[in-house]
Amino acid sequence: MTLPFAIIAVLIVAAASAAMTLRNLVHSALAVAVAFGGLALAYLYLDAQFVGLAQILVYVGAVAILIVFAVLLTRGGEAPEKSIFSATWFWGLLITVAVFATLAWCVMHSFASKREPADKVEVTVKQIGDALMTKFVLPLEVIGLLLTAALIGAVIIAMREEKK
Amino acid sequence: MTPLAGYLLLSAFLFAIGLAGALTRRNAIIVLIGIELMLNAANLNFIAFWRYGANPEALTGIMFVIFAIAVAAAEAAVGLALIIAIYRHYKTTNVDEVNILKG
Repeated sequence: MTLPFAIIAVLIVAAASAAMTLRNLVHSALAVAVAFGGLALAYLYLDAQFVGLAQILVYVGAVAILIVFAVLLTRGGEAPEKSIFSATWFWGLLITVAVFATLAWCVMHSFASKREPADKVEVTVKQIGDALMTKFVLPLEVIGLLLTAALIGAVIIAMREEKK
Repeated sequence: MTPLAGYLLLSAFLFAIGLAGALTRRNAIIVLIGIELMLNAANLNFIAFWRYGANPEALTGIMFVIFAIAVAAAEAAVGLALIIAIYRHYKTTNVDEVNILKG
């Protein structure tokens, strides 16, 4: 394990844990933005520059802001008087531990885990653009349609209902 | 370099944190944040497998992550719009108080 990976891993885990346990929703939103930033660092460290920058642009730039706006619009910034955890939190935690144990067991016993990476890979934006316009052009069009439909749907759902 | 298991374990732990948040918290916004964390854990797996895989020139992992990020953004937009609509209707964002369909 190398030092940069350890720093990135600690950053991601600490920020994600803080996001899931803090009482104040605004603090949670900020912590999750840090976690998204840490993931972008991990992508950059894995030689995936384009994905790392897309992660910063989409998650830190858009999704985190969207979450903050939702917190403001629902007055969630006020700290709740009652417990922040649901009544069935014990079962949720049990399921989580079981899922993590299963995943960790699979990872530790997999022959693929001991792989060493290929030599330095250089992926330019031009290559990604070429691939998007040739081999992956159909998924790209479908994603465009999906984003349009999702944004129109989000606007219609969140629109104030007309008083009858 | 870190062996692949390091990234896979980090990703599994991030998935577990997101799952714990989605299953134990009462606020719907935090549940949505937990789901976003789980999606990001899957993306980290894709990138790690692409980097350590046999044929990185094929760009398969990168393309999958780009499309997954787009789908996750659409999911966040629709999810938060739903939360705002539910708040307007019930004046709460706690998932256990929205129980009108409960038998």
